Amino acid sequence: MANITVHEDDVLIKDQGFDDHFHEHHHGDKYQTNFIFHYIFSMDHKIIARQFLITGMIWAIIGAAMSVIFRMQLGFPEESLTWIKPLLGKWIEVDPTTGIGKLVPEFYYALVTMHGTIIVFFVLTAGLSGTFSNLLIPLQLGARDMASPFLNMLSYWFFFLAGIIMFYSLFLSTGPFSGGWVAYPPLSALPQASSGSGTGMTLWLVSLTLFVVSVLLGGINYITTVLNLRTKGMTLWRMPLTIWAFFVTAILGLLSFPVLASGFFMLIFDRSLGTSFFLSEIFIEGQALDRVGGSPILFQHLFWFLGHPEVYIIILPAMGLVSEVLSVHARKPIFGYRAMVYSIMAIGFLSFIVWAHHMFMSGVNPFLSNFFVVFTLIIAVPSAVKVFNWITTLYGGNLRLNTPMLFAIGFVSMFISGGLTGIFLGNSAIDIQLHDTYFVVAHFHIVMGVAAFFGMFAGVYHWYPKMYGRFMNETLGKIHFWGTMISAYAIFWPMHYLGMAGVPRRYFSFESFDAFRHFTDMNKFITVFAIIAFAVQLVFVINFFYSIWYGKKMKSKNPWGATTLEWTTPIEPIHGNWPGNLPVVHRWPYDFSKDEREFVQQHVPLREGEVGDH
Amino acid sequence: MNTSITNKRNKIHAQKFALWAAMASIGMMFAAFLSAYIVKQASGNWLEFSMPTTFFVSTLLVILVSVALHFTGGYLKNSSVKNYKTGVIISLILAVLFIISQYTSWNTLVERGIDLKGNVSGSFLYLITGIHVLHVLGGIVALMISAVYAFFFPFDNSAGKRQKFDLVVNYWHFVDGLWIVLFLFLMFYK
Repeated sequence: MANITVHEDDVLIKDQGFDDHFHEHHHGDKYQTNFIFHYIFSMDHKIIARQFLITGMIWAIIGAAMSVIFRMQLGFPEESLTWIKPLLGKWIEVDPTTGIGKLVPEFYYALVTMHGTIIVFFVLTAGLSGTFSNLLIPLQLGARDMASPFLNMLSYWFFFLAGIIMFYSLFLSTGPFSGGWVAYPPLSALPQASSGSGTGMTLWLVSLTLFVVSVLLGGINYITTVLNLRTKGMTLWRMPLTIWAFFVTAILGLLSFPVLASGFFMLIFDRSLGTSFFLSEIFIEGQALDRVGGSPILFQHLFWFLGHPEVYIIILPAMGLVSEVLSVHARKPIFGYRAMVYSIMAIGFLSFIVWAHHMFMSGVNPFLSNFFVVFTLIIAVPSAVKVFNWITTLYGGNLRLNTPMLFAIGFVSMFISGGLTGIFLGNSAIDIQLHDTYFVVAHFHIVMGVAAFFGMFAGVYHWYPKMYGRFMNETLGKIHFWGTMISAYAIFWPMHYLGMAGVPRRYFSFESFDAFRHFTDMNKFITVFAIIAFAVQLVFVINFFYSIWYGKKMKSKNPWGATTLEWTTPIEPIHGNWPGNLPVVHRWPYDFSKDEREFVQQHVPLREGEVGDH
Repeated sequence: MNTSITNKRNKIHAQKFALWAAMASIGMMFAAFLSAYIVKQASGNWLEFSMPTTFFVSTLLVILVSVALHFTGGYLKNSSVKNYKTGVIISLILAVLFIISQYTSWNTLVERGIDLKGNVSGSFLYLITGIHVLHVLGGIVALMISAVYAFFFPFDNSAGKRQKFDLVVNYWHFVDGLWIVLFLFLMFYK
């Protein structure tokens, strides 16, 4: 397949590469020699990427398991849950006469809250952008490592600490925070508001504050690396779309997470120091609270000023990974490279001026809502440009339908389905009917939950050889893909109908509502597929860990025939990424099927009359 | 710990750029506080009060810190060892005086009946100045590390060491400028 042999490849970098005198100093040896500094407190970006990935996977299993438990309550409310009592303890109440175990309603809310927090922050922010920004930014740009490997290490360990604290909060006797992942006051501001609002919320705040620090340390590093450490010839317009996506993602994180932090600080002041930023006119058990003058809407503004860019922090890296995977496995240049870059920038910019579309129904001036409606709908334009370009890249391509490619195509499918319902929800008038219903749940799960996971899976299957030197099993991969694809639609498609009929989200039980009684079977259907979806993810986990040790070995440096620089590094990863000189870049990253050559790698010099940029 | 990876072809040092990115991030956090302040004030129930005079002293002190550090950076470059050591110590003292001045201002306000738990306008003042002081404390830690290097290690003004000190100076200019912006805002936007 490869028309440039491994040998020629090395010679090219040796002869024409850029010598940065990296290997003349022995700084790598210090932290690569023993187990602790190689695998645990590592400062090598490739190890840190794997740390983020595996930690993210552990959190994904916890978060998904939670959703299975609350789906069982929603689908089969009359079934006994006594069998999970050993795991959940007092959160399953067993009726002494009938022996039927029921989920405690407070814990249902805690599960929903934790599911959201864990998946949004720990899995799809840290696990996705943490993994692939770390792995690919230095490798695809031809850098030795991140700008500051030390801060990079700290970024992981802050994330780890945040995770430990959140995990600990799951075992509190009063339960973890249960007021929703958005943590709106007063549920989050008053410790007496619910059982999880006390210590549970305190730990939630501490954990997420540490998480913000982790994101910022990571983001500063990603931006600095992209702007400062590109190899010779790697101009901005020769960067792969993955890097463009990670770069804009990091900028979004850097500008929006501090705003969340400021909301957290004010919340901490309200909780612990007696201020009233978010509290006003509250009655508890008939008694008026003496805290007046604040506004809970203020927190919503601060939260969603992060919250909306956050959904693009989640989806942009997935878009970048998908663009790369689609192009490589379609053996075609990405269609509209510059349009792709400009749409990433446009989405990044627009994401900052649409936050109030999460607040149409919380008392925001309807006149003001109009502006947010317009900007929200404008996001459809760059999104549609991207979708058009992905489909056009596939058109007429020499498609390899392997697992990464299937997940990438699945991503496009999910992004279209979920994106279309976004046009409904972005309208403030339609939102009067649809807000806080299962329609919203269906929309965001498809467009940023499932789609982002698909992007992540495409990335994991595609770059697995780069991470572990082995391939993941294709058969298990295909079972994983089709199982996930079918069950994801089976779970979320029916939810649109529930939502249009007005079924509210976050409810523990619908038994007392006559209007929703006929949805019982639909809820059963959803729950069955949620369990199947969870089981299929375990296939992925098994495949992942099995393949680390027993997968098919990677024999050549560039098994996919890709053009980007990470595939010029040795199969056995080394500190500093390239053994001798750094590769010098001569062309854009998508030279596929060009001049009768199947693909041309970025470090291959231009022939006479050939153009390097597009 | 020399752990940074540099690429000598670049004009701006990677660490300095990273510091600027961090400043942008800190700036966004304070922008959020100020926006919240503006929004909350517009919705009424807002108590007006005048600034304690010690805030003016604080403002003078931060300007002096910036001036002192500016010259100290020059002394380091010109190998003027004695002036450099003096400069670091003077900056450190001025910085600590700033914290004391802020603390005195808070006390004055509490005596006047403007406390943290009262009207939201007061809460905002303590919040904004308090979080700013936390960032100044970070700068003081950096200055103390510079002082340890200045006094207990042989004088070294190699490019690497100058670069490190330059980062400290830049951060200080940032928190100083930030204070001036915050103070002007709190004084005129009541």
